[in-house]
Amino acid sequence: MSNYRIQGATGDWEVVLGLEVHAQVVSNAKLFSGASTEFGAEPNAQVSLVDAAMPGMLPTINAECIRQAVRTGLALGAQINKFSVFDRKNYFYADLPQGYQISQFKHPIVGEGTVTLDMGDGKTKDVGVERIHLEQDAGKSMHDQHPQLTYVDLNRSGVALMEIVSKPDMRSPEEAGAYLTKLRTILRYIGTCDGNMEQGSMRADVNVSVRKPGDPLGTRCEIKNVNSIRFVRQAIEYEAQRQVDILEEGGVIDQETRLFDPSKGETRSMRSKEEAHDYRYFPDPDLLPVEFDDAFIEAARESLPELPDDKKARFVEELGVSDYNASVLVGEKESCDYFEDLLSALAEKTGKPAQKLAAKASNWVMGDLFGALNKASKTVNESPVSAKQGADLLALVEDGTISGRIAKDVFEIMFETGKDAEVIVEEKGLKQVSDTGEIEKIIDEVIAANPAQLEQYRAGKDKLIGFFVGQVMKATGGKANPGMVNQLLKPKLDG
Amino acid sequence: MSDIDKATVAKIARLARIKIEEDKLEPLAGELNNILGWVEQLDEVNTDDIEPMSSVVDAKLRWRQDEVTDGDKQASVLKNAPNAEYGFFAVPKVIE
Amino acid sequence: MTDLTKLTIADARDLLKKGDITSRELTEAHIEAVEAADALNAYIAKTPEMALEMADKADAKIKAGEQTGMTGIPVGIKDLFATKGVHTQACSHILDGFKPEYESTVSQKLWDDGAVMLGKLNMDEFAMGSSNETSYYGPVKNPWRRGDTDTVPGGSSGGSVASVAGFAAMGATASDTGGSIRQPASFTGTFGFKPTYGRCSRYGMVAFASSLDQAGTITRTVRDGAIMMESIAGFDAKDSTSVDLPVPNFEAALTGDIRGMKIGIPQEYHLAGMPGEIEALWHQGIEWMKAAGAEIVDINLPHTKYALPTYYIVAPAEASSNLARYDGVRYGLRETVQGGGLVDMYEATRAAGFGDEVKRRIMIGTYVLSAGYYDAYYLKAQKVRQLIANDFKRAFEKVDAILTPTAPSAAFAPGEKSDDPIAMYLNDVFTVPASLAGLPGSSVPAGLDANGLPLGLQILGKPWDEETVFKVSGVMEEAANFTAKPAEWWR
Repeated sequence: MSNYRIQGATGDWEVVLGLEVHAQVVSNAKLFSGASTEFGAEPNAQVSLVDAAMPGMLPTINAECIRQAVRTGLALGAQINKFSVFDRKNYFYADLPQGYQISQFKHPIVGEGTVTLDMGDGKTKDVGVERIHLEQDAGKSMHDQHPQLTYVDLNRSGVALMEIVSKPDMRSPEEAGAYLTKLRTILRYIGTCDGNMEQGSMRADVNVSVRKPGDPLGTRCEIKNVNSIRFVRQAIEYEAQRQVDILEEGGVIDQETRLFDPSKGETRSMRSKEEAHDYRYFPDPDLLPVEFDDAFIEAARESLPELPDDKKARFVEELGVSDYNASVLVGEKESCDYFEDLLSALAEKTGKPAQKLAAKASNWVMGDLFGALNKASKTVNESPVSAKQGADLLALVEDGTISGRIAKDVFEIMFETGKDAEVIVEEKGLKQVSDTGEIEKIIDEVIAANPAQLEQYRAGKDKLIGFFVGQVMKATGGKANPGMVNQLLKPKLDG
Repeated sequence: MSDIDKATVAKIARLARIKIEEDKLEPLAGELNNILGWVEQLDEVNTDDIEPMSSVVDAKLRWRQDEVTDGDKQASVLKNAPNAEYGFFAVPKVIE
Repeated sequence: MTDLTKLTIADARDLLKKGDITSRELTEAHIEAVEAADALNAYIAKTPEMALEMADKADAKIKAGEQTGMTGIPVGIKDLFATKGVHTQACSHILDGFKPEYESTVSQKLWDDGAVMLGKLNMDEFAMGSSNETSYYGPVKNPWRRGDTDTVPGGSSGGSVASVAGFAAMGATASDTGGSIRQPASFTGTFGFKPTYGRCSRYGMVAFASSLDQAGTITRTVRDGAIMMESIAGFDAKDSTSVDLPVPNFEAALTGDIRGMKIGIPQEYHLAGMPGEIEALWHQGIEWMKAAGAEIVDINLPHTKYALPTYYIVAPAEASSNLARYDGVRYGLRETVQGGGLVDMYEATRAAGFGDEVKRRIMIGTYVLSAGYYDAYYLKAQKVRQLIANDFKRAFEKVDAILTPTAPSAAFAPGEKSDDPIAMYLNDVFTVPASLAGLPGSSVPAGLDANGLPLGLQILGKPWDEETVFKVSGVMEEAANFTAKPAEWWR
């Protein structure tokens, strides 16, 4: 898995990757003001005078943002720092109203932790988390609305971000992608970030360097603000190759900030001439250190739901779901929620233990449901068939009311109309025939109608039993209980 | 310790985003050196094992409830703006 | 009728209560006094219509039996405090035309109590100065003159002290970062009070150095100071450094009884080269304290000499960051450059908007925080600051209050120190240590120098023990019996 290598003229190159992920904290109000964090408002409508850095305005901290950062740290098995400090990071930009960003520099709220990547076939890889700190988001500058002017919207200004800094532990674009995917999954499970990369609530700065395997770390470049997992992979591929090309030609890598251009699939230098930044960090004198006790941490821990890794293990070990199915289901919170809702409804309805139902249910979700959703380009949340409805359908199969075959047809109708399975089965008269007398009567009719085949069968052509089963099923419109048909047919044919 | 020359003054001025005319750099360097030379008497003080003061207030940071209590005041926010268009602050473009 | 502008707040309060005068009469007299005091240049914005409106409301409030200490009392507001819809520029050109959409907590508390706003008061630009010579709106003149020579009122609250000493306000808000309340009070024969850091909200107060800035009052008497302080003090959830403690009845602390109280005399405050008359006044103060039954205790504050250098690292560092928001984007001055971009706008705006002293401090602050220098300057200074605070902590284990001179000189003439920043900084040598430690302190008018200029004595207290500072100040005031008044040359 770590054998991703770039082949150069001078030999193989190894890629070393670290990610700084900016994740918008799920909260109602901003980190230091009471303005809303909602996405998509009129420009400057979700701005308090604090966010606009009016003279004399002061920051006050949102408790929920602290709690969310701690919950995130706990979910990554990280060190939680009961004492942390907000610093000012000083620089000028039009969408940074204070002239500084309130961030955490020397004393972050969360220290070292781990993200375990699922590399397939049951293999895993641990990526270290260096730290998580809280900071303010900046506003937004729009450079393309006017020929001479830049427009500034401060709605994002002051929204809480968690900066999650990984160690340089990744060695391939796939690992970087898997890391970001896993991180996103965890944050969405625990509800500390909605993980919406299109809206920018999660974005990554990617640190890329290359070296000959075994050599010390090379000079890195930072690719800023990459906003999709696919782009992260593409940007790394391009950037690593670029660095290899430079080094192979005897050049040196400038430590610099670069931008990824998705339309060209290239990275380019962001600041050509601008002097190196000197952020002049110092503790924000408008705020006191953040302090909390063990009880606060424990309460945050209590509030965490089952984490994806634990959930997957439980699915496989306790419920007998296949490793593959468990991975896919757990990978997306909505899919997993659907599956779990369905399973519990199904268990309740049938009175059977979940372990007996889970494998079948997972196959149905991943096969029938995902297939139909895919075809219709819908997400799980948009599914016309709810988890409860799905459970009702599977329960009908479980108790023998309909066959698995009929269930597929019923599901198709459910998916189109949103109707309940029982209603469809009733309306279309799809109930499985399990009445011995009725099935015997039909068998007798079928046998009577096919004397030639009966003769051949009795002459030793055993395979013709299939023909008779087919005829019986046909005559019942597929509703006859196949097990019973088999059971009753043989003695009659044998005479 | 402090030895601020013209180039340093220019660099600090750039960091502080204050335009300082070329002929003012030298005199300003002198003033800053005077002040810094004077504050450097602090070097005499032994501060081993002393924690830097974080606040004179002996209190913990208070936390606010996560409630939307502010915003929805675009007119107030833009009221004093030297230039605002379509609800945005408007500034000269960044020239790279 | 007597001249209403000569009343103390306490007297006016009683007359208002009895119905002998109305706030409208009091306010009209003061509006006239404000007009007549133009020569002092204490007011940079006058709000007479607003004042009369507020006076009428106050009169209604008094009639309804809802009078509190400041109801109907005309005051001036230092330009550092945001006043909704009214000129608020911290006397800097960079806030050109700025009228906030909000009110500072300190001024709001005054209005809630029914006080009357006469206008906004001149100050050193962004409170950076000790002579009120750095204001964009021109220097303030001290009502007290050295013969025929003008003197400075001190700073940065120069407009606050000049208006109160010049009978153009009954009281004024002020702010103290390194001595900006106490030093000008000493220069003008007024009573200046700076509470414990965290006692008054900084919300809506234009920030200079956030870890030091604290609002306070200028009044003509100690009792007036107690009345006004009680109005502006108090917890505010909008300021994270505001402390949630009940506000005591400061006026009730003025018992006049300091028998058995221990008053500390810091030996390090005997500066070499300090004028003899200041030493003498300090000695006189000690005698007054003894006569009132207090016990005098020599104390040591060993790091005193490092307070000013510490201050001149910490305050500019914070200021360089606090003043970064003045960038021409959202409010105030904007200077653009033909063919230039955003960065050119920043540089031109800040070059044109800030005065020399402000620029100097931003430059120093930027330098001491920059890469490679942070530890040597800023971190070192914050450590020494801790040592200075520890000095006081130790001293206050032995004493209840500390008595020192307020300033090393009386008011000086304009221009006398403005060419030498360090000479100017030395004005605050006695006030800065307490600011660094966040302690409450006052300056009480105690005597006149040979030129007939006022001199003050400083009283410092333990954190949150403003009551003792008031109590000792009251005894000092009575003993000093400072009745001198400036000749009203400006009228």
